[in-house]
Amino acid sequence: MKSEFTPPIGKISNINGQCISLLGNDIDTDRIIPARFLKCVNFDSLGESVFEDDRKTLKGKHPFDLEKNKNASILVVNSNFGCGSSREHAPQALIRWGIKAIIGESFADIFYSNCIAIGIPCFTLPKKSIEEIQNYCDNQFLFLEINLKSSLAKSKDLNFNLEIKESSRKMFLSGEWDATSTLLENKNLIEKKFNQLPYIKFNTNFL
Amino acid sequence: MSQDTLFDKVWDLHKVSSLPGGSDQIFIGLHLIHEVTSPQAFGALKDKNLKVKFPERTVATVDHIVPTDNQSRPFKDNLAEQMIETLEKNCLEHKIKFFNIGSGNQGIVHVVAPELGLTQPGMTIACGDSHTSTHGAFGSIAFGIGTSQVRDVLATQTIAINKLKVRQIWCDKKLSNGVFAKDLVLHIIHKLGVKAGVGFAYEFAGPAIDELSMEERMTICNMSIEGGARCGYINPDDKTFSYIKNKLCAPKSEHWDKALTWWESLKSDENSIYDDVIKLDASKVEPTVTWGITPSQSISINQQIPFLDDLSSNDKLIAKEAYEYMSFKPGQLIKDTPVDVCFIGSCTNGRISDLRVAAKVLKGKKVSKNVKAFAVPGSEKVATEAKQEGLDQIFKDSGFQWREPGCSMCLAMNSDKLIGNQVSASSSNRNFKGRQGSPSGRTLLMSPAMVAAAAVNGKVSDVREFIN
Repeated sequence: MKSEFTPPIGKISNINGQCISLLGNDIDTDRIIPARFLKCVNFDSLGESVFEDDRKTLKGKHPFDLEKNKNASILVVNSNFGCGSSREHAPQALIRWGIKAIIGESFADIFYSNCIAIGIPCFTLPKKSIEEIQNYCDNQFLFLEINLKSSLAKSKDLNFNLEIKESSRKMFLSGEWDATSTLLENKNLIEKKFNQLPYIKFNTNFL
Repeated sequence: MSQDTLFDKVWDLHKVSSLPGGSDQIFIGLHLIHEVTSPQAFGALKDKNLKVKFPERTVATVDHIVPTDNQSRPFKDNLAEQMIETLEKNCLEHKIKFFNIGSGNQGIVHVVAPELGLTQPGMTIACGDSHTSTHGAFGSIAFGIGTSQVRDVLATQTIAINKLKVRQIWCDKKLSNGVFAKDLVLHIIHKLGVKAGVGFAYEFAGPAIDELSMEERMTICNMSIEGGARCGYINPDDKTFSYIKNKLCAPKSEHWDKALTWWESLKSDENSIYDDVIKLDASKVEPTVTWGITPSQSISINQQIPFLDDLSSNDKLIAKEAYEYMSFKPGQLIKDTPVDVCFIGSCTNGRISDLRVAAKVLKGKKVSKNVKAFAVPGSEKVATEAKQEGLDQIFKDSGFQWREPGCSMCLAMNSDKLIGNQVSASSSNRNFKGRQGSPSGRTLLMSPAMVAAAAVNGKVSDVREFIN
């Protein structure tokens, strides 16, 4: 884990880094960051607790504890990664550990939007390609250069056409993935919508 | 792409703009917050020098970290105390209504909003909690969001989100005696799997759904997310409207009539188009129990834990993990599995009807001496109602501990936790590894009636032997 965490800002068009492979389907956000670490009012210290229980169980053999992975930044996972709880603490813990992008077979919806909202692009690849990357990572270092414009991931030996939702790809390239300012630009439309909604008028007992 | 479903109608009504790239800006009619996922959002507002745009559209309560044994302040746990203080401070500063402990309206956020009449048909509802799908039981479009989106709702009352597809899950016939909404939703998740709902909203419909009470419908929609669907909903009907009528925040007098007229117009058209339709026969559902580490790994009470060869290639990997973690052998019966802890509560099954049905099983019986059993009402209102009906006494007489309202051992953020590899029979929603507070703790999900039966026998039991 990096000692100094600098959150990403602005346009994200290239991510270069070493892959770290984590095997398993349906890895839920309770496993990424167990609930006891949610007792906090900021995200600062979450990086060290990422996968805490899984890592303890594997006594140093968890991918996040292997010496060879200590500088890795591209996480490679299987299907339905990040299912369960909506806790943004999960991607916040991953990004603080050093993860800058995730490639997987598939992602849970809320986890995916949380990743986008904090600047972690999530890409998908078919099961076969994921397995190819994971097997490669077992034996040697895999450095990938990801280009968001072309959605290509390149390395010395392997090349992949990554999939990413078009809306997310555009947001990263334009730097608008931090949605607040984009949403605020429509403040007149928001007011108009508020005044049009039927239930605003009859909810006089609303708090 | 779906057309003319309730989901489409509510989505279109709340759409503020199409954003570059293809997502939509959606107005959030009701925003619910709690102590765990909001502090960083308020922090981000401060950093960006922003205010809460519509403070009257956000309502707060405290649920995840509250102790259920002694709620006097300051809490024994310093971190928990810090979290409730931060929420109190943020609500005060931004003029947000906060239902604190002792207000009479505190409780699990997804229990509290419906019982206050805040949850209404046709609304969009968001909360930094995945079980926000619960509110879809009223014909609202409700979904969980992360902290960055909580920040966006506070700052703009809108979020950027891609429109979901709609899958109708048609439940034919009706549930048989001794089978509950929890069994039905576990059955649905088992049939479809934990990721089938990714990218979808689930519309639950059909005679079996129409038959359910509002509280049972909430149990169904609550667990949509366990099937991967961020949002689940049911078309509103007379049961929905009479549930809301006269609730604290419900429309009153002439406003009620206007609301009712609008609500009655809100439903999926008869010839609406769905992205997918699944049909199942609810009369075939039996009391259902999970045996593994995802909510789809469930079987009927009289079934065996599946063999690897019976499973699809996709399910094999997680099944192997589950056998090992749960110490179960393929082919083993789930019935008669000894349990150490029994938990009745949570946003899935911590409502008054859940306590009533469990009390019916427990009346005149004793909890097995090997079992630690506790009941945690979903809200202060549920607790009060239960006491008025004498349910708390039935629980206590049987040997259950009767606790104060909160999320408790559903996710074990307070001191209610499993120890070591204890087995818990739980009315909650997730059986993930470590979910109930011990990294090796084992959770068997089931209906509250089944939890009560397990508590009495000290092992997984068929509740139909108690009530039929």
